[in-house]
Amino acid sequence: MNEKRAKELAATAAKIRLAALEAVHTAASGHIGGSLSVSDILAVLYFEKMRIQPENPQDPERDRFVLSKGHCSPALYATLALRGYFPKEDLKLFRSIEGHMSGHAEMHHVKGVDMSTGSLGQGLSVAGGMALAGKIDQKSYRVYAVMGDGEIEEGQIWEAGMAAAKYKLDNLCGIIDVNGLQIDGATADVMPSEPLDKKWEAFGWNVIKVDGHDVAAIADALDAAEQCKGKPTMILAKTTKGKGVSYMENNAGWHGKAPNDEQYETGKAELEAILKGLEG
Amino acid sequence: MGEVIATRAAYGKALVKFADQNPDLVVLDADLASATMTNGFAKAYPERFFDMGIAESDMVGFAAGLATCGKIPFVNSFAMFSAGRAWEQVRNSVAYPGLNVKVVGSHGGLSVGEDGATHQCIEDFSNMRVIPGMMVLCPCDGNEMEAAVAALLAHKGPAYMRLGRLAVETVTDSIPGYHFELGKGVELQDGKDVSIIATGMMVQEALKAAQILKEQGTSARVIDMHTIKPLDEALVLKAAKETGCIVTSEEHNVLGGLGAAVAEYLSENCPVPVVRHGVMDEFGRSGKAPLVMKAYHLTAEGIVEKVKKALAMKK
Repeated sequence: MNEKRAKELAATAAKIRLAALEAVHTAASGHIGGSLSVSDILAVLYFEKMRIQPENPQDPERDRFVLSKGHCSPALYATLALRGYFPKEDLKLFRSIEGHMSGHAEMHHVKGVDMSTGSLGQGLSVAGGMALAGKIDQKSYRVYAVMGDGEIEEGQIWEAGMAAAKYKLDNLCGIIDVNGLQIDGATADVMPSEPLDKKWEAFGWNVIKVDGHDVAAIADALDAAEQCKGKPTMILAKTTKGKGVSYMENNAGWHGKAPNDEQYETGKAELEAILKGLEG
Repeated sequence: MGEVIATRAAYGKALVKFADQNPDLVVLDADLASATMTNGFAKAYPERFFDMGIAESDMVGFAAGLATCGKIPFVNSFAMFSAGRAWEQVRNSVAYPGLNVKVVGSHGGLSVGEDGATHQCIEDFSNMRVIPGMMVLCPCDGNEMEAAVAALLAHKGPAYMRLGRLAVETVTDSIPGYHFELGKGVELQDGKDVSIIATGMMVQEALKAAQILKEQGTSARVIDMHTIKPLDEALVLKAAKETGCIVTSEEHNVLGGLGAAVAEYLSENCPVPVVRHGVMDEFGRSGKAPLVMKAYHLTAEGIVEKVKKALAMKK
């Protein structure tokens, strides 16, 4: 990826962060920490890698995406709005009884969402089912599933890991947003899950480690995943929870808390500065 | 006397029978294919059968994903696991998104027998019924089971269906004008003093109970309620109005299942005595199935006792 394109994608990620922050602030509720850590991954998927048509969101040939960490809906909704699935205005109704922008990712009312998620640990299985359907029908679409590194404490993730390897789902790519934090604190303290690379390799997966905030590296990893045949790929994306907003970075307290007005203005200014630096 | 066949066996045959005309049908199992009787399908259609191992939660998730891509997945395990272990996956990954997944629970109820309480699921109707939009079925015999599988294949949306382990007599094939429709109970025989509304293998017991009652001078209507949700309210209302009291019968906890559904509906619409026959909120135990059923009064005689109670309350 050339430098210009990388800058464009990084700028898109900054816009996703801004829109997610605004949505959470407007709702005075929502999960911002993990939304900020996953924004670069979403930018590369939806603006570079995935074969999708926002005007035809149910196209059976499309690539699919499952946000298994469904609480990071602010980032997903922001991504879909920016990609043109629905007006950015709709984000104002995030978590509001006036609209249908559910607190966790919802497929029937939010155009572009491929699976309703929210209860942790279930998305990789669902993505596996989508990938299996693709194999049965000999379709060429790919399926992506983003998980949190706290989420993978759920046993079902590892059940899905075995099943995807059994059925050689090389059209399935999991991405773990390894931001190192979960609600009760550091993942290493709450429930140590490392070494993730060795675990997924032992489960029969192709494993790629990447800087989850380097859009070019993310794109390369997704390309490499597509090249790998005969087994699914797990991308371990090292990220910073709260990325881009200084006081939220690496702070578990910002997992599911909305900023007040003053905090919002500070965060917004920081993200706008990042965006300006990329576009300027 | 009709054919004697377990509903799980009839189910397995029906999957094979309808496979060609339903190319989107896929079958998933969790290492119990020889017990749930999906093994016939597995042999005939190996490219559409997926053994997901002993991982029911994951199996339900895979089914949800398959359904988003237009497949019609039937997921199979024992009722305890498909409606118990995987409950939250059924709730959040299947029912909430309204996906076209058929969750099948074999070996429901106490008639599992020797395996004992850990495998005798008496909570599946209740577990599944409380999920919004979830259809709940329990066909009573092989004939009805085949019709139910066909109907489920044609119906788009989430559903749960219980299968029984034991071979049971086929009774619905000798009912004049018998017709299976999802959400519509079947009046197997008319009666004027009491209505026995039964589901699953208790339907056969209800018919026997009606015979015993007839000899005692009581005329009992017998209704086969193969669909527990949505409940056939019109049929229940008609029975309440015409016979004045109701006995429900199910191989399930009396809490939360068919009896609860009938009592909830009638208390709000036509209060008449409703006596629930089923497992009285206790766990099962090991034993030969007919003896376990007898120990828990899940017999025609058990129903007769409940009918006497209902008739006494009616007066």
